[in-house]
Amino acid sequence: MNTTIMLFLLQDGITNGAIYALLGLALVLVFAVTRVILIPQGEFVTYGALSYAMLATGQVPGTAQLAVAMGLVAFALDLFFARKALHARLVMRSAALNIVFPVALLGLTYALVGPNTPIAVNIALALLIVAAIGLFLYRIAFQPIAHTSVLVLLIASVGCHLALQGLGLVFFGAEGLRGPALSNAAVTAGPLRFTGQSLAVYGLTVAFIVALWLFFGYTKTGKALRATAVNRLGARLVGIRTTLSGQIAFLLASVIGALSGILIVPITTLYYDTGFLIGLKGFIAAIIGGLVSYPLTAVAAILVGIVEAFSSFYASNFKEVIVFFLILPVLVLRSLAAPQVEEEKD
Amino acid sequence: MSALLTVSDVHIAYGKVEAVRGVSLDVASNEIVTIIGANGAGKTTLLNAVMGILPLKGRTTFAGIDLAPLDIEDRVATGLSLVPEHRELFGTMNVEDNLELGAFRIARATAATSLERVYALFPRLKERRKQLAGTLSGGEQQMLAMGRALMGAPKLLMLDEPSLGLAPIIVADIFRIVTELRTAGVSVLLVEQNAQAALQIADRAYVMELGEFVLSGTAKEIASNKRVAASYLGFQHEGESAI
Repeated sequence: MNTTIMLFLLQDGITNGAIYALLGLALVLVFAVTRVILIPQGEFVTYGALSYAMLATGQVPGTAQLAVAMGLVAFALDLFFARKALHARLVMRSAALNIVFPVALLGLTYALVGPNTPIAVNIALALLIVAAIGLFLYRIAFQPIAHTSVLVLLIASVGCHLALQGLGLVFFGAEGLRGPALSNAAVTAGPLRFTGQSLAVYGLTVAFIVALWLFFGYTKTGKALRATAVNRLGARLVGIRTTLSGQIAFLLASVIGALSGILIVPITTLYYDTGFLIGLKGFIAAIIGGLVSYPLTAVAAILVGIVEAFSSFYASNFKEVIVFFLILPVLVLRSLAAPQVEEEKD
Repeated sequence: MSALLTVSDVHIAYGKVEAVRGVSLDVASNEIVTIIGANGAGKTTLLNAVMGILPLKGRTTFAGIDLAPLDIEDRVATGLSLVPEHRELFGTMNVEDNLELGAFRIARATAATSLERVYALFPRLKERRKQLAGTLSGGEQQMLAMGRALMGAPKLLMLDEPSLGLAPIIVADIFRIVTELRTAGVSVLLVEQNAQAALQIADRAYVMELGEFVLSGTAKEIASNKRVAASYLGFQHEGESAI
């Protein structure tokens, strides 16, 4: 292999790895705060990507209607759980978030959609739609069972994944879609050619990681989220609502997922079920990071991307096998180290 | 003095086993009340249930508000605060972050003055403010747990075994601070195995045995009670057996 090919593969691997890093970070965040292993993360990717692609063709994606429907269910659940201590402020707040927000978003989508809508508007709409879905998904599927075991939450998570994937087929059809690139600019550096799209992937990944770091390190809400992850009872005892923390975690995860989808849909054709495989690779990175370490997850994600790029060059049939095989030695090492980890926790 | 916390005829069960049976107590404003009793008497269970961590049967009100429909978070908002036995600190976060989170519900400006007050009460915490909570010594962790609770400006602080596992000199320090809290207008409900120290600073006391209150009265009365002296204070009156 010559250096040029190696550089190409590295470039490709890092671009994909950056996406996996974003997804892996979202998985770690959601698991730390809510103990949910977020299998539907892949659907957030698909929904974001394909909603954006449909908006770009001038159609209103079915996800916008789904957000309204989920909002109605969320509102009904809010009323049901608060039925013993119902007061006007609570009803108004819940109605504003669960009904007014998604309906306004649907109206806005119908008003703005068209073949000549600017890319930035389409991106914003796609992000908002998926953010709403993420928020309501937590309210409907996970908040009522937040106190149960990790296994129960995982089963619910698999259920959500299957349901959302099926709905994805209804909304987007079995055909794949591609979206317009964020920018058609390109920069050449030696043998490598950086497209505007891949530069946007690097830029936004770094920006998001920095933004997350600032959010968790320096804002009250970010610290409250970390506190919930470290000690749920302690967090409740200082008045931090774990349901609010869960909602914020899901909101961040859905936005990260949708953004990842929007970033890759101009590079590769996405189908209604592609997100799952992409999400799984983020999951591998998160597992290598032990579902706790953000920096380790980011590094592992880049590694996953590079391994994937090289294995698709050498043995493309076994590309996924090789990538998923990465998880085995990590699990063996982690299981050997497990007793010590438990001691540290106490 | 008006009653701040009232607990009437409370029963708490773990499945079919009733750990607390028909307990009633009240705490007034500016009062230190202690519950003493042996390990397993149900003291911690009672505090956890009042805070909303465990379900209870019976009536509990705080500052005139019925606590029954309120979550832990809502109870915190009414001015009720618990420093639990295991402290429940945010171990991987530093001392200052722990304290700031204690004021999660409080406006930023008020939180800043609370922080100065807590640092004045616990100068040690100021020295260690950038250190991770999990790396503090036991006494410092207890101070941090109390400081974190005080950051929320509670009306009543419930302390669960603050002296557990600490060196005597630190215990004295912590009990001195508890008395200072009363001066600052914070009532304290103190659960302790260290009966002698608790009775010295408390206004009133309840003695708990096997899930029930067997005695109550002013701290002086309880301290001079022969049975209490024998069972909890470790000395015997003439002609009495220990039990």
